[in-house]
Amino acid sequence: MHFLEAQNNASPDIEFVIEVEGLSKRYGDILAVDNIEFNIKKGEVFGFLGPNGSGKTTTIRMLCGILQPTSGTGRTVGFDISTQSERIKEHIGYMSQKFSLYDDLTVIENLRFYAGLHSIPKSVRENRIAQVLERAGLQDRRLQRAGSLSGGWKQRVALVCSMVHQPKVVFLDEPTAGVDPVSRRRFWEMIYRSAEEGSTFLVTTHYMDEAERFDRLVFIDKGKLIAQGTPEFIKRTEFRHKLWEIKCQPLSTAEEVLRHSPDVIETSLQGVTIHVATSLQFSDVDSLVGALTRGGVKVESIHETVPSLEDVFISLAAGNNEHTGELT
Amino acid sequence: MFRWSRFSAIAYKEFIHMRRDRLSFAVMLGIPILQVTVFGFAINTTVDHIPLVVCDLSNSKEGRDFAQRLVNTSYFDLVGWVDSYKSAKSYIDHEKAKAAALIPENFPRDLRRGEAQVGVLVDASDPLLASSALSTVAQVGLIMNIEIMEESGGGAGLSSPAIDVRTRALYNPDLRSAVYIVPGLIGVILTMTMVLITSVAIVREREHGALEALITTPVSKIELMSGKILPYVVVGYVQMTLVLMVAWLMFDITPQGNIAFLYSVGFLFIVASLGVGMVISTIAKTQIQAMQMSFFFFLPNILLSGFMFPISSMPEIIQKFSQILPLTYFLVFLRGVLLKGTGPAELWPYIWPLLIFAPAIVTVGVLKFSKKLT
Repeated sequence: MHFLEAQNNASPDIEFVIEVEGLSKRYGDILAVDNIEFNIKKGEVFGFLGPNGSGKTTTIRMLCGILQPTSGTGRTVGFDISTQSERIKEHIGYMSQKFSLYDDLTVIENLRFYAGLHSIPKSVRENRIAQVLERAGLQDRRLQRAGSLSGGWKQRVALVCSMVHQPKVVFLDEPTAGVDPVSRRRFWEMIYRSAEEGSTFLVTTHYMDEAERFDRLVFIDKGKLIAQGTPEFIKRTEFRHKLWEIKCQPLSTAEEVLRHSPDVIETSLQGVTIHVATSLQFSDVDSLVGALTRGGVKVESIHETVPSLEDVFISLAAGNNEHTGELT
Repeated sequence: MFRWSRFSAIAYKEFIHMRRDRLSFAVMLGIPILQVTVFGFAINTTVDHIPLVVCDLSNSKEGRDFAQRLVNTSYFDLVGWVDSYKSAKSYIDHEKAKAAALIPENFPRDLRRGEAQVGVLVDASDPLLASSALSTVAQVGLIMNIEIMEESGGGAGLSSPAIDVRTRALYNPDLRSAVYIVPGLIGVILTMTMVLITSVAIVREREHGALEALITTPVSKIELMSGKILPYVVVGYVQMTLVLMVAWLMFDITPQGNIAFLYSVGFLFIVASLGVGMVISTIAKTQIQAMQMSFFFFLPNILLSGFMFPISSMPEIIQKFSQILPLTYFLVFLRGVLLKGTGPAELWPYIWPLLIFAPAIVTVGVLKFSKKLT
């Protein structure tokens, strides 16, 4: 019996943990996910980036087998997302945007609940729970009600709840939203450690500064996949401009002046500096400085810089908007 | 395949929710005690202690005797003794009395002749009270008549038992409303609390965002539903027991029939009610909606099931409708077992509808619940 079960539950031997081909989801007139394609390898920390409402959550739900696609195919751990969704659920962990903890249950009760739902045998259950509690630094809080935890702790509990059964793939939907930077860092450390042990992660975020953390990522906007690859690859191939970093004051005036300059393609504020994209041929820095000075801006420094993923995505999103004829 | 571990994980979690939510827990246990006490005392369809004014124009021993007999029934409380029709009516006009007995001048003479008349004035703004007053006076008059006939030896044929309706009231010799109301309350309280509690069970998970996490686990629909139902079956049994205790302690109503029989059919009704709640829970989008739907279900149950009004006096189409309510059957069953001590054979017509309804409604709930989002 045990032997048979073990065989039944084993997913096919596969190279890609997730395979997606031409996947679409339509809600009435709105195409929430538009013909997307990507693969995720075992052990990858895969990023799903895009603004709010771009179709990230919809895609995750389809891959978890809780949302029927309108067209296209997808396989998660080797099982078809439309026809074998219940098989998929044995092998995945899912942490939704709302964290889905029960506030009136303690940390350990929440864990036991999910352990029970995944039928972790009684003999190993308590050991496993103790192990994940320790890894997440939650032992001292195991008897605390989930509702009394702060955002960062809640997020950690939600993560271990979704991983207590050692799933092959873990889907994390906006796991770091509304969480302080220190907690975010710890959170990422936990994810890397599990990935090294063979777990695969698909993580959505709209924080562009987190993008560099992914092994590979896709950028999705208005349901369309507009870039994919490693962070390096995307920076190299998708940014077809020269990028300048200008330190000056006041920034708002500077942005106004630069927008009206014929050489400038895009501007974006980056802290105390301003990033300006120009054509690859452009090199006449003095004319830019001149224009700024005439506009009453005091320029401290200007130099060419390597684009961050954020720069790339802003430019990609702008391009996608132009394409669909929409204003930002 | 049904996995015990998943089922018990759900059931255990529900037990914790229940234990931690002190207010709801108190309400679940408080409702039966409070409702039985309040309903048992307050809902009184037999009207007694009607304030009565007597206008005795005969000023005779017979007149006073008649008035005394009225008071002795305990249906009347004497509030005044007047000597004119006008002042008797003013008692009623000024709400000092609800009924007046008018004894004519030549009452003693007419009585001996067997043609005495007594006038009764009733405030009929409350029909229930009016009919009770009228029939009591009529009965007292009848009894008095018969007695006088016997005394005068005029009617040997009438010495057979006097017509006393009260001695014919089976199972509830004192015609107390509590006896009629309290057993029904078990059914009404179970309907109300069981449906309401489960109707929010799934919706709450959905509103809270936990449902999405639940449906991405291998838990099956049956495991989920039965795990959520089980804790409330226990609550249902506790409520039933509490009502029985209050009925016994406060109203001296003890079950005449088999307790085990009562509890096993009770299980069917509890599951049926929980099933209705489950179905509501799969339809409603918010907890508020679920509660509104529960009340929508609750109202016809309380009005048309025979709890308040006898089904036989309802229009035919309403009678047909009342036959689809599980409470209709359960009420007949409850009164049968509790008051009459009726057994399974006689009550079978009221058990098999529950035997069909309970699994059917739970099946609908399971089928309607989907592990997919839309």
